[in-house]
Amino acid sequence: MDEYLPELMRRLLDGFSMTLFLLGWSALFATIVGTMLAIFRVSPVPPLRAFGTSYVNIFRNTPLVVLFILAVEGLPTLGVAIPFEWFAVVTLSTYTSAFICEAIRSGINTVDPGQAEASRSVGMTFGQTLGQIVLPQASRAVIPPLTSVYIALAKNTAIAAAFGVVEATGQLSNLIRDFAPFIYPSFFAIAGGYILIVAVISGIASALERKLAVVR
Amino acid sequence: MSSVLFEEPGPKTRARHRTWAVLGSIVILAFLALVILKLWTEGAITPDKWSFLTMPSILLGLFEALLSTLFAAAIAIVLSVVFGLIFAAGRLSRVAVIRWPSILVIEFFRAVPLLLLIFFIFLVYSDVLGALGSLVISLMLYNGSVLAEVFRAGILAVPKGQAEAGYAIGMNRGQVLRLIQLPQAIRTMLPAIISQCVVALKDTALGFTIAYPGFVREGELIFTSTLYNNPIAVGIVLAAVFIAINYSLSRLAVYLEGRQRAKMAGQQGMDQTASTTEATDANTGA
Repeated sequence: MDEYLPELMRRLLDGFSMTLFLLGWSALFATIVGTMLAIFRVSPVPPLRAFGTSYVNIFRNTPLVVLFILAVEGLPTLGVAIPFEWFAVVTLSTYTSAFICEAIRSGINTVDPGQAEASRSVGMTFGQTLGQIVLPQASRAVIPPLTSVYIALAKNTAIAAAFGVVEATGQLSNLIRDFAPFIYPSFFAIAGGYILIVAVISGIASALERKLAVVR
Repeated sequence: MSSVLFEEPGPKTRARHRTWAVLGSIVILAFLALVILKLWTEGAITPDKWSFLTMPSILLGLFEALLSTLFAAAIAIVLSVVFGLIFAAGRLSRVAVIRWPSILVIEFFRAVPLLLLIFFIFLVYSDVLGALGSLVISLMLYNGSVLAEVFRAGILAVPKGQAEAGYAIGMNRGQVLRLIQLPQAIRTMLPAIISQCVVALKDTALGFTIAYPGFVREGELIFTSTLYNNPIAVGIVLAAVFIAINYSLSRLAVYLEGRQRAKMAGQQGMDQTASTTEATDANTGA
């Protein structure tokens, strides 16, 4: 027990800093790419719409494990040599951006049609309508679906454990190997860490939602 | 083509959209061409990398592995529905001793990564459960907890008068739940349940990480062999099969939802149906 607790703390800290690294970078890239895809999907330009739709259908229906294999095993055969954690970031961003796109698109659909009609009637272009009228209002409605996507992403970072990244879930097998009598405490400690991350994400989301709430 | 964001364009706008369409197509096609060129020159998709598709023994192996993945998914889905029904009923119970543990179980398994569960159950109980058992139990705990919330939302969306009518003719709470609320809830929840099946099927691929002899594992055996060494070609084939299955299932869910909406149109409760299925759609990110 004397040895276990400090070692557990150290490995939890190591593991969850890697989990947060994966979560942070993937969330950033996925949000950028996902927003672009959402704009493509509602645009009046058919090829862009088709591209957005295909991207979403392909990456939303492929298991994340298969995407991980394509990145971790496939990219090196093309001469791409980057650390394992960046392969994980690439994979998680590619996958998650499809879900971000759909969350944002559903938010755009909640904006009252009258808003877009009014902006068109004063002569605004598609870009102006979307950028100045619709997206700012949609940003309120997208918070709940986006929160679900980010929570799912936080949990999906665990899959990197099976592909050479020692993040929080990867620490479980090490802990069980080195401290066999403490199987259950190790599991619940790691599970607790994820529950904390999920709680923080939902906390930030509801704070944002309160802040952005307006009387309509 | 018109939508809320733009309407039937005039000649000037049409010209502008055409410019954008041409520019967009060029950029997208150039990007795709670059990717394919890179894949080709690095020898990742040359004909010899696809030759495994002409070997009957390999195709048979892949097919059998796909069946065992679908088998695991099917058991997991059935168990998840049972688990979900039990815990949804538990969470709706008026007895605190039943309600609180149900809430705890549902919330715990929804917040914990599925892979952590799979690793834990496999490392601790694999002697008893084996790879298939560990995978199926983990999927049941996770998807069952998600489904419990879907069922609960569905039951709560059934108009209140239905339950009151049940009580009025002398039914007890169990009978009202079982004979009145659940049959109506299941019907409205069908699209959400199918969406969750897609999630479960996709997650079954995680069996690969504990060496369950499923579809992805079989693919790995092919691309790690020195004869082929073709992770990209195999990965594309694996992805294509999963996309075909999941896309058809999603279409089915959309079709059922459309039929549901048409049936419910004008009736009370339509809004609730729409919002609960949307909530679970967001969940498919898991």
